[in-house]
This record gives sequence, structure tokens and C-alpha cells, in this order.
Amino acid sequence: MPEADLRATGAPSAATLARPDIFRSPGPPVASDVVQRPIPLGERFYNNGGLRKLVVLALLACIWQGYAVYLGNGLLFPTFTDTVAALVSDFADGSLPSHIWVSLQVLLVGYTAGVMLAAILTGLAIATRIGTDVLEILTAMFNPLPAIALLPLAMIWFGLGEASLVFVIIQSVVWATALNTYSGFRAVSPTLRMIGHNYGLGQFGYITKILIPAAFPSILSGLKIAWAFAWRTLIASELVFGVSAGSGGLGWFIYEAKNSLDIPSVFAGLLTIICIGLLVENLIFRIVEHRTVRRWGQQT
Amino acid sequence: MLESAVLDVRGATIQYKTGNALVTATYRVDFSVLRSDRFVLLGPSGCGKSTLLKAVGGYIPPVEGEIRLGGKRVTRPGPDRMMVFQEFDQLLPWKTVLENVMFPLREAGGMSRRQARERALAYVEKVGLTRVLGSYPHTLSGGMKQRVAIARGMAMEPDILLMDEPFAALDSLTRRQMQDELLQLWSDTKFTLLFVTHSIAEAIKIGNRILLLSPHPGQVIAELGCPPSCGAVLGWEAAFETRIHGMLFPQEEADSA
Repeated sequence: MPEADLRATGAPSAATLARPDIFRSPGPPVASDVVQRPIPLGERFYNNGGLRKLVVLALLACIWQGYAVYLGNGLLFPTFTDTVAALVSDFADGSLPSHIWVSLQVLLVGYTAGVMLAAILTGLAIATRIGTDVLEILTAMFNPLPAIALLPLAMIWFGLGEASLVFVIIQSVVWATALNTYSGFRAVSPTLRMIGHNYGLGQFGYITKILIPAAFPSILSGLKIAWAFAWRTLIASELVFGVSAGSGGLGWFIYEAKNSLDIPSVFAGLLTIICIGLLVENLIFRIVEHRTVRRWGQQT
Repeated sequence: MLESAVLDVRGATIQYKTGNALVTATYRVDFSVLRSDRFVLLGPSGCGKSTLLKAVGGYIPPVEGEIRLGGKRVTRPGPDRMMVFQEFDQLLPWKTVLENVMFPLREAGGMSRRQARERALAYVEKVGLTRVLGSYPHTLSGGMKQRVAIARGMAMEPDILLMDEPFAALDSLTRRQMQDELLQLWSDTKFTLLFVTHSIAEAIKIGNRILLLSPHPGQVIAELGCPPSCGAVLGWEAAFETRIHGMLFPQEEADSA
């Protein structure tokens, strides 16, 4: 008899072999360090993302300092300590804060106007089919166009002043926000839509109480991207010219420092730009995320 | 037409578009749901039972015939017909359990905050979820989410509660438990229920009246009382299940005979 047949005929006999049912009563309680054990201290430190990043930052500062000392040319590449000293003195004499203030003011005006414009465009796109087409065509056209490319035109239209800056910032904010918000609305699940209609909400209530919260993860990421675009666009535009009143923003601060060969101040300006960017992205937006989409489980 | 019918569906033909085809989901369907009925729409997939439920919900108008709720023609969705869906994402993720139940009470029921809170608390307690009142939906299990959805529907005390395969996505142990709980809730408050399912066993367990639909397009095969008047002997469910199976799939029966 071939082996395969043997196995085939052997299988049922094994299955019908009398095997008693097994019952067990739980033995003595399992030791607590088997059930749950604390993680060693070193591993816990390593698991802390913030701490790990701080170490990397410190390392980068060391490399910077080492290379600058080795180079020994403060005009090309100032040391880390010189840069920090320049940062402190520029802060102390009030020149850096006033430039930051000018930049942030322009930014806030442009950002708010851009977001409002995006809200109107998205609203139209949801409400009407022609609005959808308009939004799709406009975003397809202007989203790939770097807003800074419109600066020469803006300078002719609005002159050398805040208006031109606001114009390019709006340009950089509106398409990113509108695109994300619109795709967020479209991705709202049909079940949630039906629930909203089931409650007999009016058009306004339906949009504000169902659509906007449901699309909030996309809206938030649109706002984040728009913030990053706006910030970069603003600094780049300011490098071209200050603001008419003579008190320019951060970009202008860097430009002027370069002209007077105050290179540590140039580095201090750059550091400030990085810090403000990090602060807004990792503090403000992070807090909003934690309070909303993360708490709601819409983003992990 | 029965005088005391809560819901009256007469000659309802429902069509919907998919891409470039016009599909007839149900063809001239008649049935009446009386107060405190547990009325089950049963049929294989493609019999249009979910579409029929959505038409009752007011999402799809019938192209022929009419649907009347309490004598008034159904034209659009409304909180007098609360829906419970199969999908777990039917809860609003940005609201806690309590807020989810309160939301329609405030928005559609026009209740004050306190009234809505009291009513919502009572119904959350009914489904046994008091200890997760402040939790967000994503932290709940599938069964708990469905319980919240049921509490939300019941709290509105609608004319009729519409359930679209609410337990189909649950594991079988949880499903059985939920079926028992639903019957328990019904015996507490005697709400009127229209329940869609493709499981014959579930239909027999839940329903006091079962409408059998044929597929492509959905047409009424039979409307049965449950338990059947003749067969309230021990183990009647199995025999009834076989009988319904035979009515739903006559071809299969003929082949195996």
C-alpha cells in the first residue's frame, strides 16, 4: 500500500482515538513581574522622542562649532557661540524683535485673508457644480506656480509695500488650503452624510456640524501646508525689499546684515526663522491636533 | 390599507443609477408595519432590501407607488425615522458617547441641554454603556459602537426605528448577544422596528413579521408571521428556517430533489 493511502486511512483512526477532555483549575497566582514589568530606565530615555532629538540637536551644534573653529573665517562661517551671541545682542537691542513683529503682522494678514478666500471658494465648489469646475481649474493652474514668481507683477500692481507681500502670501495660502479642504469634504463617508440628513439638519447646520468636523483632519493639514508656504514666501519676498516704512521684516534684517558684513547676525536671522517655523508647526499646530483629530481618533 | 399602520408601503418601485445603468432595486412592493412590530425585510443580496429601507428613510424617492409614515407621505429624511447602519463609522468621531446620543435630541428634537442630557443618560444606561459616557467612539469596540447607535436612535423615540443589518459586521458571539439585548430593549419600550437582514436565523430571532424578497428586482415572495401560528412546538425555529430557505431559493431545492 502506498504511503499516501496509509496516511489517508490512518488519519480518521487518530481522530477517533479516545482522548479525554481536559479541565484545569488555575494554579497559584502568577508572579506580578511576569504579568507586568517596568521598562529599564535607559530604554525609557531612549523611547522619549523629544530627548533623542535634543541629543541630535546638541550634536549638530558641536559639529557646527568644531568646523567653524577649524575654518577660522568668521566672515564666511561664524561659530555657533558667535551666532548665539549675535542672537542675544540683536534681541537685547530690540532690532530682531521689531523685525519679527513686522514679518508676523504681514503674515497674519495674508494668511487670514487667504484662508477666508479659500473658505469662500470651497463653499462655492461644494454648493454648485460650476464652482467645483472653477476651483479645480484654478488650483490646477496656480498650485504649481510658486507664489514668489508673482512678486515682480505684484510690485508693479501694488508698489513696494505691504500690499505686494500680502498679495503673494494670499496666493501661496489660498490654493493649498482650498485643495485640502475640498478633498476633505469629498472624503466624508456616505454614512455620516446620511446621518446628518437623518437628523433633518438645514444646509448651514449640515455644513458646520457634520461636514466641517468630519473633514477637519484634511482642513488642518491644509492649514499646516499653507502656513509653511506662507512663511517661506514671506521671507523670500522680504529679501527683495523691506516694507515701505523702512522697518522691514526678518528677510530684510538678513539682507541688511549681509550688506554690512555682519555675518553672525545673518546666521542669527536664519536661526530665528527656523525657530519660529518650528514653534508654530510643532507647538501651535501640534496642540490643535492633540485637542482635535488625535483625540477623535481620526489621525494616529 | 390597515388603519393602524405606522408605515405603509404601497406598490413601491425603486430605481437607482450606477454609472450608466438604471437598476430597478425593488418592484411594486407592498407591506404595512403596525405599531410595536418587529418587521424584518429578508432576502439574498441584490433583493433591494437596503435600498427599500433607504427609501423609507427618505433618501431615495420611489419612482412608482408611495411610502406613508403615519398617513403622511415620505419625501425626505427626518428624525421621525432614526436610522441605525451597519457601518461602525456612523457615530460622529468628534463627539463622546453621551454627546453622540444628545446631538440629535438637541438638533432635531429641539430639547434644552438638560432635557437632552437626561434623556441621553437614560438610554445610554439602557444599552449598558454608562461607564464609557465620556469616551470617544474610536476607543470603543464594534459592539459598543452599535449599542451607542441604537441608543441614539431609540433616544429620539421615533415613529419607527430603521436598522440596516446593524449586527452584520460583528463577530458571531457579539452578534448573538446584541440580538438578545435588542429583544430585551424592545420588551422594555415596545418601539416599532424595521430591520433589514440577509440571515434567515437572525430574521427568525428578531422578527414578529418577516417579509421575504426575491432578487433582481426585489419582489415580495411572502409575508410571514413569526413564530408561525401552526408551529409553536419546541425546535420550530429549525423547521421554519428550512421552510424560508426553500421559499427564497426554490431553484436550489428543485436541483437537490
